[in-house]
Amino acid sequence: MGLAAILASLAFLSLLFISIIGKGYTAFWQTYVRLDVHLSADQLDRTELETADYPGIVKKTLRSMFPEVKSRGDKRKLYALISSGAAFQIREMVLEDPDLVGKTVSVWVPADDDVDMLVKGHIERDVPEEARRLTDKQLAWVDALTGEGRVEKRFNRTLFTHGDSREPELAGIWGATVGSFLTLAITLLLSFPIGVASAVYLEEFAPKNRWTDLIEVNINNLAAVPSIVFGLLGLAVFLNFFGLPRSAPVVGGLVLTLMTLPTIIIASRAALLAVPPSIREAALGVGASKMQTVFHHVLPLALPGMLTGTIIGMARALGETAPLLMIGMVAFIVDIPGGFTDPSTALPVQIYLWADSPEKAFVERTSAATLVLLAFLIVMNALAVVLRRRFERRW
Amino acid sequence: MADPTHSDPKLISREKRKTVGDITVDNPRMTCRNVNVYYGEKQAIRNVSLDIARNEVIAMIGPSGCGKSTFIRCLNRMNDTIESCRVEGEIIIDDVNIYGRDIDVVPLRAQVGMVFQKPNPFPKSIYENVAYGPKIHGLSQSRAELDEIVETSLKKAGLWEEVKDQLEHPGTGLSGGQQQRLCIARTIAVSPEVILMDEPCSALDPIATARIEDLIDELREQYSIVIVTHSMQQASRVSQRTAYFHLGDLIEVGKTTDIFTRPKHQLTEDYITGRFG
Repeated sequence: MGLAAILASLAFLSLLFISIIGKGYTAFWQTYVRLDVHLSADQLDRTELETADYPGIVKKTLRSMFPEVKSRGDKRKLYALISSGAAFQIREMVLEDPDLVGKTVSVWVPADDDVDMLVKGHIERDVPEEARRLTDKQLAWVDALTGEGRVEKRFNRTLFTHGDSREPELAGIWGATVGSFLTLAITLLLSFPIGVASAVYLEEFAPKNRWTDLIEVNINNLAAVPSIVFGLLGLAVFLNFFGLPRSAPVVGGLVLTLMTLPTIIIASRAALLAVPPSIREAALGVGASKMQTVFHHVLPLALPGMLTGTIIGMARALGETAPLLMIGMVAFIVDIPGGFTDPSTALPVQIYLWADSPEKAFVERTSAATLVLLAFLIVMNALAVVLRRRFERRW
Repeated sequence: MADPTHSDPKLISREKRKTVGDITVDNPRMTCRNVNVYYGEKQAIRNVSLDIARNEVIAMIGPSGCGKSTFIRCLNRMNDTIESCRVEGEIIIDDVNIYGRDIDVVPLRAQVGMVFQKPNPFPKSIYENVAYGPKIHGLSQSRAELDEIVETSLKKAGLWEEVKDQLEHPGTGLSGGQQQRLCIARTIAVSPEVILMDEPCSALDPIATARIEDLIDELREQYSIVIVTHSMQQASRVSQRTAYFHLGDLIEVGKTTDIFTRPKHQLTEDYITGRFG
């Protein structure tokens, strides 16, 4: 029976992984189109390079590649093949090297997400035109570009270097990753010292009376409180009462600290209890005070267990979405957060946001972001195991 | 004896449980008077008075649960760590009652050191194990002085020759007997006057036990040693005086040779002849 249960759970786990990896791995590649852009001097005034009409340049390039396209509607469809990010890419390129003006350069720019989906085979060609995201003409243009060798799938660096975007081909998880990192930094900085200090006090110094019993019951109960309740608490206390900024990692960190503290305290107390009494006796026997006994002998022995508990608590905090929704970290934020008070979002929230998006290209990106989150979690749990092994060998 | 109840010790009247033998010595190191110990409601030690002489080994013997361990843990207030434990009476060292008010247990525990039943070295290096006590008590001014304390302590504990090349190795890597001698060195390092040993050999093989017993004999020249043991042979080998405890009462005290050859109390005789315990 037990073996069957384990096998079943393993089967489900591998099913989950296969499904996520199967859906997500394509997001690590993105279709790019090679354009030969003529940076003519009459469109680019050297004194006003920053405000020049780069989208116009991209459009002109496309028109010159398909001169037969005349009507306004067709032109718009043609322009839609290329991501709006292409203009920004060319702008940055020109700003970096103004000497390019007057020359024709060959650049790889991201294709629109619909083209990307077509190249990856997610858009069926044989369905009627009106049920398709791309028209017959657009298909023909893409085929023409492919025939000229101008279409290529490349590693999707954007996914790892950009913040969120409305355009799937320009959307990345870097903003959310930085947000998660800042949030977890606050959480770790607060919850580890406070958690360990509380555990040491409760386990070693506190008198056993009705008050400490009450505190103990409360801590155990808090560990079982649904995380969204902590989000509501954060909203009421940190945002409404203290007026801290909305959507900021500092508030996210505070809320997640409240959430992980009970876990850390319980794990730390268990670690302290596991220290053999003979070590305490030995220290007291040579005349160490209670303080010295705890800080010289008991705490170092309990630390690996405390660290493991903390890392597992952190891993849980990393995957937490609900409390962050309540304090506004669910906002659509394009910029990479630069500090603890900048608006930001977090990885699981980013996944939640993308999962809600209608664009087909976000489906694979959702899976890809999930993969990245899972990778972080696995690394953290592995770290917990490694730390434990290492410290335990020393004692 | 005509008393038909003597085989059931609980039925022996209070009168017959008064301490037999001379509890006093000349120029005692420690003096215990009317010590009562309670664990919550339960009384573990009843009205025990006993002197501990200088440069002697005094053995505490008696059946399990008789209070001998409880008694020696009173001598350096190790019982303080047990929340429900309460001690009454006087235990005097250097004219000070250690259970008096405003007594700091830290210097007391340096003065009255303790070696435990199971070897319990700190999970640190051999050097650190011995140096820890002197460090926290500020007994050395320099590293060289500390090195010296460690060396002399290990020498006195008879461990120096075996470990002098591996002082940085963990103390927990030594054999059981070596660990116990390391614990003795650790106790000696804070220069105590009295060393309490709570069944120090019960976890050791006979050869390691013999080494510890020889060591105890050597240490007697400098320290008073109170040893709790379950082995009557051990008590007769290492101690000069023996105290027999029974169910919280100190039944008989006397020279070890007298106790083992001419016990005065029926209970003592029953115990050493192996009728119970």
